[in-house]
Amino acid sequence: MPFIPHTEDEIRDMLSVIGADSIDQLFDEIPAHLRAQSIDGVPDGMNEMEVSRLMNARAKQDGQPICFMGAGAYEHHIPAAVWQITTRGEYYTAYTPYQAEASQGTLQLIYEFQSMMTALTAMDVSNASLYDGASALSEAVLMAVRGNRKSKSRRILLPTNVNPVYGSASRSIVQHQNIELVDVAIDETTGQTSMDALKAYEGEDITAVVISQPTFFGTLEQVDAITDWAHANGAMVIAVVNPMSLALLKPPGEWGEKGADIACGDGQPLGAPMSSGGPYYGFMCCQKAHVRQMPGRIVGRTVDQDGKEGFVLTLQAREQHIRRSKATSNICTNQGLVVTASTIYMSLLGPSGLEKVAAACHQNTNKLIAKLSAIDGVDVLFDGAVFHEVVLKLNKPVAEVLAKLADKNILGGYDLSKDYPQLGNALLVCVTEMRTDEEIDDYAAELKKILSANER
Amino acid sequence: MSEIPNDMYYTRTHEWVRLEDDGTVTVGISDHAQELLGDIVFVELPEVDSEYAAEDACCVVESVKAASDIYMPITGEVVDTNQALVEEPDLINSSPYDDGWIFKIRPADDEDIGQLMDASTYEAEIADE
Repeated sequence: MPFIPHTEDEIRDMLSVIGADSIDQLFDEIPAHLRAQSIDGVPDGMNEMEVSRLMNARAKQDGQPICFMGAGAYEHHIPAAVWQITTRGEYYTAYTPYQAEASQGTLQLIYEFQSMMTALTAMDVSNASLYDGASALSEAVLMAVRGNRKSKSRRILLPTNVNPVYGSASRSIVQHQNIELVDVAIDETTGQTSMDALKAYEGEDITAVVISQPTFFGTLEQVDAITDWAHANGAMVIAVVNPMSLALLKPPGEWGEKGADIACGDGQPLGAPMSSGGPYYGFMCCQKAHVRQMPGRIVGRTVDQDGKEGFVLTLQAREQHIRRSKATSNICTNQGLVVTASTIYMSLLGPSGLEKVAAACHQNTNKLIAKLSAIDGVDVLFDGAVFHEVVLKLNKPVAEVLAKLADKNILGGYDLSKDYPQLGNALLVCVTEMRTDEEIDDYAAELKKILSANER
Repeated sequence: MSEIPNDMYYTRTHEWVRLEDDGTVTVGISDHAQELLGDIVFVELPEVDSEYAAEDACCVVESVKAASDIYMPITGEVVDTNQALVEEPDLINSSPYDDGWIFKIRPADDEDIGQLMDASTYEAEIADE
């Protein structure tokens, strides 16, 4: 579809028909103090050559170190075919299409994506994607407040082992809607949500409980116990999951007696490069009973009048073009291209391929843990199994250690001291399938040198 | 011409309201409303025991064309909902005044129902639309 802007003549003709002098005059109704003012700090536009130069300079700053950092974005191998296929003209759009009759290919792809996500999470329904993991959790919180009609409190329990960025983004979005996100402490020996802290809320009106699997610390949460506790206390369960881990771990649809009510997370590990923070995409799945509270678009499979298979946007009565101000959300999909890449990634790997990748991450992480445990000045902070991340307690300030590792071209991990000062010199390290044995050995050797240096 | 039984009251937002022998009040949507909405595919029933003021939106009826709020005709407490609509929402199309009832309330004030429209007033109201 060509994009043809109005000409000056056309604009003048239209204005004269309605009797207005200028386009600005059409906005007279909006009081001046409510109008968008010029935004400070936004630089002037650049031409394509200038942008390329800037982005190349930025990419060089990145330096492509050996990456042992996770904390929400993960470096996985992306088969060359993924983006080769994704960037074909037929797929090249960020949006879910409006015209079903002209968009069967894109709609089918989204339908396949939804089917894959429901298989991975063992949930009944998936939407067509959201912006990112943090906005997916925010939307899940809003959805739980709508969906749990027995609860009047609008209080959500949010363990502090959920990605802190997801927590702060969700607070920004829900704080003006009279929704309270209540921190729940972690067990300091396991990194899991403290069952004692949770039980302090027993008998109170709680709308939902968030469960992160794995936790932000890489450890595995007691998903069955928390799910059952939440349901017994009239709360819904929101699962925040790393989709890659679901190739190995029990899916949220099977947690506890009844399964999680909503499962969400960031889809980046499935075929999207880390690319300095985005674009990624969020995913959201739910039990069928809650589908009418689901935000975003949903593609359905149907048959036309001749009985032929076709794909359409479905359950649109939830959405803003029909329900107006009472829509479940004003979110549409904007991340369609990344979803396309993810769908192709998952179809190339298949269930067994995903399982192999997840298992390789887990094994590599255990290899690193074994090496590091032997070093003086390094302790593994939390007991229990991890997926592909681990928290190390160091005998030196983490920032200092990371700077020295960076000198060796190693991105050594995520410094937890800002988000979790109570944990001391804590470093979150991730090892995916991308790291070789040699790189793991190098990391351990460099860390050993740094921690043993200058000791008096 | 849609059916407008004489033994009940009506609202401007097209709910019908019938006073039962036990003092509770049954609420549904009129034949005229179900015709406008078309095939009904889902009903989000109100929670039993919840209280609403008159004109509060308390439930949603979704058809192939639109999703519409159902408003509380008079102030009161929801005492029962029609669970048959969960599986068969189209009962509202086939039997708007009987099998397609939506919820029952206990009015806060028994006098309130008298303030609503009778069948002939409602008939004149929809004739103006």
